[in-house]
Amino acid sequence: MSKFSQEQKEYQEFVKRIRPKPPYLQNMVMAFLVGGLICAIGQGILNFYVFLGLERTKEAAGATSATLVFLGAFLTGLGVYDEIGKRAGAGSIVPITGFANSIVAPAMEFKSEGYVFGVAAKMFVVAGPVLVYGITSSVIIGFIYYLLKL
Amino acid sequence: MALKKLGNQTVKFQNPPSIIATASIVGPVEGQGPLKDYFDLILSDFNFQEKTWEKAEKRMLKEAAEMAIKKSGVPGNQIEYFVAGDLLNQIISASFAARELGIPFLGIYGACSTMAEGLGLGAMLVDGGYADYLVVGTSSHFCSAERQYRFPLELGNQRPPTAQRTVTGAGAAVISSKNQNPRITYMTTGKVIDMGEVNPNDMGTAMAPAAVDTIVKHLEDSNRSPEDYDLIITGDLASVGKDIVERLLKEKGIDISDRYTDCGLLIYSPQQDVHAGGSGCACAAVVTLGYLFKEMQKGRYNRILVVATGALLSTTSVQQGETIPCIAHAVALENL
Amino acid sequence: MMDYIMAFIIGGIICAVGQILMDFTPLTPAHVLVLFVTLGAVLSGLGLYQPLVDIAGAGATVPLPGFGHTLVKGVIDEVNKYGLLGVLTGGLRSAAAGITAAVVFGYLMALIFNPKPK
Repeated sequence: MSKFSQEQKEYQEFVKRIRPKPPYLQNMVMAFLVGGLICAIGQGILNFYVFLGLERTKEAAGATSATLVFLGAFLTGLGVYDEIGKRAGAGSIVPITGFANSIVAPAMEFKSEGYVFGVAAKMFVVAGPVLVYGITSSVIIGFIYYLLKL
Repeated sequence: MALKKLGNQTVKFQNPPSIIATASIVGPVEGQGPLKDYFDLILSDFNFQEKTWEKAEKRMLKEAAEMAIKKSGVPGNQIEYFVAGDLLNQIISASFAARELGIPFLGIYGACSTMAEGLGLGAMLVDGGYADYLVVGTSSHFCSAERQYRFPLELGNQRPPTAQRTVTGAGAAVISSKNQNPRITYMTTGKVIDMGEVNPNDMGTAMAPAAVDTIVKHLEDSNRSPEDYDLIITGDLASVGKDIVERLLKEKGIDISDRYTDCGLLIYSPQQDVHAGGSGCACAAVVTLGYLFKEMQKGRYNRILVVATGALLSTTSVQQGETIPCIAHAVALENL
Repeated sequence: MMDYIMAFIIGGIICAVGQILMDFTPLTPAHVLVLFVTLGAVLSGLGLYQPLVDIAGAGATVPLPGFGHTLVKGVIDEVNKYGLLGVLTGGLRSAAAGITAAVVFGYLMALIFNPKPK
């Protein structure tokens, strides 16, 4: 049983045919190029920290994440990141710089609601769910790993 | 027996009330659009010297109301009602503007159809003999609407081609029992229509069936045909919704395409980065009260049917997976 | 030079997959991020993500699935060292730099800058 009436279903079919589509191919290519570029820049930063003598998988990787987060946050503050995002879509949303953007954008905007319920609470509108699901799934997986190891 | 009622949904005013003055204020982006010369005030930024966008929106509405009253020449203390609404939760722009205006206030909500609802109700109050002068108004603001309904401005999201841009602006009109053109002759009150659309980035598609329903009812009730109007204009369906309205009406054997347009298409030029076009309470308001009102005074148009459309969703209803209920109210503006 | 090319290609592909999800499904960007971080964690638990990191370097660690991988890798390392307690301590310890940077830089930027409507 569908929750829609016959009339509603017909309308939805009708509009599906004529609704303008996003430029799928262009979007995908732009996401690939910009996402790839951000990762290549990340590789450069990683190599630089290794060159400075940091251990690759833990120290240099952590420093790279922190650097990229800073860059994403800074570009958001300057008002540049949303301009990149308009064209790059997932290319600038999926890298960790996009995670930083999702924190700064609401934090900045809700400053008008104060520093506690505005800035600090709204920071996590998007980032919060990412942390919740990331951390929870890592704990579940770690627990299964622990049980299997026994 | 309701003497002034035609059919189920239409009111025909006995002594059609007149719109004696209007005012429109728009933001910087609308101020670069093709209608820029019709607006009374174009803001140079989004803040209007206020600290928050909500305060800026309230100030636009308040100043538009004051400007319309001043232009009408009616002393402020003779304005009997301020009938207004807007998009923000609990219609704070309207009620906070009313707090400063000091005029008895009737708050209304019809989302982006608020302008037509206000003009219609205002005309009923005047024609009913409950007032000689009143002011109706509405406002919307790109930034305050985005943060309430969608995302923070600086979030790097992509918008689909069906998305619309909320018009920053406010419009107000003084309605009176004076014997003067242009007048409000009919109002057709819309029913809430929901075709099961869920995408808040495609309001034109969601609202188009409501506009179609109201246009058909209006023509039936008033026993008029599209040819009786110089112009039929919907509020904020933009390119996607306008196309749907034309197609659906053609299926019903009504062809309005040679005299039909949409406020959301007129307010921006195609070069502006606004996707499908404009939306928001101010879209229908500033186009009707800025552009159309002045063209009627010049006599370029003598009979216009304004069908303002509204999507009655909330962020909560969207997150709970509810479909989008929509409405459209029609008011006929005529030089008699 | 090869490491840059691999980072570019694999990182680009992960982002392109995200774009396809956003364009062809009703998923919002926030849903895609949550999905990706969870997916990264699961793949990492199955031992499938580390090989990708070995090939692509930053191309696999910079996109959000890499964040899920970092969390799981940390948990598994600490379970190996400290047993059950590691389940709770490992994830945040290994992702500490990224998370702390996000909170602190995010807060500071929000204090300094204001949104610019266009």
